[in-house]
Amino acid sequence: MLNVSLPSFHAFANPARFLKIARPLTPVLFWTGALLVAIGCWAGLTQTPPDYLQGETVRILYIHVPAAWLGMGGWSGIALSSIALLVWRHPLAAVAARAIALPGAVFAALCLVTGSIWGRPTWGTWWQWDGRLTSMLLLFFVYCAYIALARADADRGGDGRVPALFGLAGTVLLPVIRYSVIWWNTLHQGPSIGLTRSTIDATILWPLPIMLAGFSFLFGAIVLMRMRALLAVAKAEARMRRMARI
Amino acid sequence: MNPWPFVAAAYAAMLGGAAVLALVSYLAMKRAER
Repeated sequence: MLNVSLPSFHAFANPARFLKIARPLTPVLFWTGALLVAIGCWAGLTQTPPDYLQGETVRILYIHVPAAWLGMGGWSGIALSSIALLVWRHPLAAVAARAIALPGAVFAALCLVTGSIWGRPTWGTWWQWDGRLTSMLLLFFVYCAYIALARADADRGGDGRVPALFGLAGTVLLPVIRYSVIWWNTLHQGPSIGLTRSTIDATILWPLPIMLAGFSFLFGAIVLMRMRALLAVAKAEARMRRMARI
Repeated sequence: MNPWPFVAAAYAAMLGGAAVLALVSYLAMKRAER
């Protein structure tokens, strides 16, 4: 299995080959994502019935869940890139992890903000120090620490191993966030959306996959843009170093 | 309690945040690739 997947995995190790694919892929991902988000917003705001208990505020679901998905998914991406760096020394792994960090932090923050706005009319409070909210806030702080660490490591000419170890250590937060609503008594509702079934009625749930796909495509486009920027800066710096030697 | 101001604020935060992030990333990419 490993031997079969490694050649295609390492095919992207060459930045020139990666850019050849990333350049046309960036606008495709961006505009597909923007279209799906527009459709999802229209469907979520006008085509679904209000919830029998929460009323119209249930519509915040369609943006809150993608924000949480990408906040946690972003860290999973950092962890996978960290493994690729530490195990295979993949030359693009550190660039990918750095490119994912800011969008991941932004979506983790948006998850907290939209959740807080949803909490006020539903729970009667903007914030509660319960397991789910606190662990998500911790993930946001860990993102901030990773961004600072990765930037400092790059500025000092590091090989990215220290941020990669931090990226792997941070994954311990992901199961804590996932199971916080089971392990502790929380204001946040329990798990309601699974891979095979959901406790939310299908008449309310159907725009959610559209929004999840749309924001995931946008996230992918943003990561590619940031990777392209980091690679261009690295190329310019390498050129300047060569000229300084001459 | 009227729920629509909360729904509108949540959508504005999410869409605005994603749009600003995309714009900042696009400008950084263009500046670096110039």
